[in-house]
Amino acid sequence: MNDFDDLYMEVILDHNKNPRNKGNIDEHTNHADGHNPLCGDKISLDLIVEDNLVKDIKFTGSGCAISTASSSILTEAIIGKKISEIRHLFEEFHELVTTDNIEKKNLGKLAVFEGVKKYPARVKCATLAWHTLIAAIDGDEEVSTE
Amino acid sequence: MIKDDFPILSQKINNKQLIYLDNASTTQKPTSVIKKIEDYYKNTNSNIHRGVHHLSQKSTEEYEDSRTKVHNFIGSDSSKEIVFVRGTTEAINLVANSYVKPLLSKGDNIIISQMEHHANIVPWQMITKENESEIRVIPMNENGELIVEKLEELIDENTKFISVTHVSNTLGTVNPIKKIIDIAHKNNIRIMIDGAQAVQHMRVNVKEINADFYCFSGHKMYGPTGIGILYGKQEILENMQPYQGGGDMIKSVTFEKTIYNDIPNRFEAGTPNIVGAIGLGEAIDFIEDITIEKIELQEIELLNYATKRISSIENVRIIGNSDNKTSVISYVINNIHPHDIGTIMDKLGIAIRAGHHCTQPIMDFYKIPATARASFAIYNTKEDIDKLVEAIEKTKDVFS
Repeated sequence: MNDFDDLYMEVILDHNKNPRNKGNIDEHTNHADGHNPLCGDKISLDLIVEDNLVKDIKFTGSGCAISTASSSILTEAIIGKKISEIRHLFEEFHELVTTDNIEKKNLGKLAVFEGVKKYPARVKCATLAWHTLIAAIDGDEEVSTE
Repeated sequence: MIKDDFPILSQKINNKQLIYLDNASTTQKPTSVIKKIEDYYKNTNSNIHRGVHHLSQKSTEEYEDSRTKVHNFIGSDSSKEIVFVRGTTEAINLVANSYVKPLLSKGDNIIISQMEHHANIVPWQMITKENESEIRVIPMNENGELIVEKLEELIDENTKFISVTHVSNTLGTVNPIKKIIDIAHKNNIRIMIDGAQAVQHMRVNVKEINADFYCFSGHKMYGPTGIGILYGKQEILENMQPYQGGGDMIKSVTFEKTIYNDIPNRFEAGTPNIVGAIGLGEAIDFIEDITIEKIELQEIELLNYATKRISSIENVRIIGNSDNKTSVISYVINNIHPHDIGTIMDKLGIAIRAGHHCTQPIMDFYKIPATARASFAIYNTKEDIDKLVEAIEKTKDVFS
C-alpha cells in the first residue's frame, strides 16, 4: 500500500517497471503508431491478426507510468481474443475510466485503471494504447489524441 | 508573513497544506487586489469614456489611473504609450497584425528565438505564411542561453522585425535584451520584447532598454486574468493601423468614413476589461509597496537555495542552467515521466506544472517530452522548497 494507490496501484507500478510484450514483430499483419502531442507519449503496436483473432501483439514507445502500464496490460488482455470481443472490451474500458456507471465483468486485470477517472487529465494516458490498437485493427497507420 | 496576504494559500489540497509553485503559469492574488475588484463591482461599476454620470466618471478615472500606474511602473515617456489588452498573447497578435504585417512582402523575414513561448511563435507563423516570408531563429546553447552572436548572421536586408522573450518561462533564463535591442537598432530594425516572465521579478525600464514594443500579463504579477499591457513608443503607435474596430476606438463614424481615435484608445475597441485594469493597478501598488528590488532579492535567494537542493538529488537533472535566471526551475527525473511527477506532487498538496509549458521547440532541443517545473513568487519560502525536495524523493520511491 502507498499513499497514491487510488491511481498508482501496485499492478500498474509493476507493469510500468517491467512492461510485458515489449518489442517488435517483424512479420506483423497490422501496425499503428499512437501519439499524444500534449504530453509527448508515443506508442507503436505490431499485431498478428489471423481469422479475426489477435494471435500476437507487441509494443514499443515511451510515456508516463499510466500509459506504459496500460499498453502492457492491454497486450496481455487481448492475446487470443476475437476482434469483436476486443472492440467490446475497449467500450467497457472506456466506460471504466470515464464514468461511474461500470460493469467490470469482462475487464479482469484491466479494472486496476478504475482510479484514472478521478484524474480527468490522465484519461488520455490510459486510453492511448487502446485508440492505437483500434487504429491498427482498422488499418489506420496513425492516431493522435489531444 | 506575506503568505497571509494571499487567502487561497491557507487552504488544504488532498488534506495537505497547499504549496503553490506554479507561479510562472499564474500567481495568486493578494487580499488588496481581491478587495479592489469586489469594491469596484459593489460601488463603482459603470462603463468608461462615455457617460456623464458620476459612476461613469469615477470608473473612467480609476481605469486611467491604472494606466498611469503602469506607465510609472515601466518608466515609459507617457501613459499614451500604454495599451490595455487581454494579455501578452493579444499584445503580440496586435503588433503582428497592425505593425508588422503591413511591412512584410515575399522573401522577407522575422527573427525570434529558440526559447520562445508558442505565443511568440504562432502569430509570426500566421502572418509570414500569408505572404511567403519566413521566420528565423536565434539558437541557444546547452545551458539554455541564447547565442546572441548568431543574431547578426541571421539579419539581412529583408529582416523586417525581431521579437524575443525577456525571460524564458521554461528555463528561467534572463536574456541580454539590451544587447539584442542594440543590435536590432544598429540594423534599423524594430524589436518587441515579451516581458510576461520578467516584470514581476525585476525592475524593467522600457526607456533604458530602448524597446520599441514591450508586453506583459497582469495575472502573472499578482493581478487579475484577462488584462495585459502593450507598451509601444508613441511615434510608432501613432502611425499604426487599429487592430480591431468598434466603439471607443473612433472619433467619428459615418457609413462612408471613420476617423480613428488617438492612441492608446485607437487600440482598445469595445468595452475593455475595466475591473481587470483597475485590479492590475492595485497589483502594481502591492509590488511597489514591497518594492520590486526586494522581491528580486528574495526570489533569487529562493532560486539559489532550490537549485542547490534539487541539483544534489540523485537522478534529477535541472533543465536550464544559465547564470542569469529568475526563480524558475524545470527538472526531470530519470525514468519518471513529468506527468507522473505532477500527479504525485498534487497528492502531496504541491502545485507544480508538468508538460511542455507551451515551448515545444525547447523540449525538442533537449530531446525530452516534457519537464516538471517549480516556479517561485514573493510568498514562497525555504520551507516550501524543503517540501518540494521531500516530494521529489517520495516520487522516486513510488516508482523505484
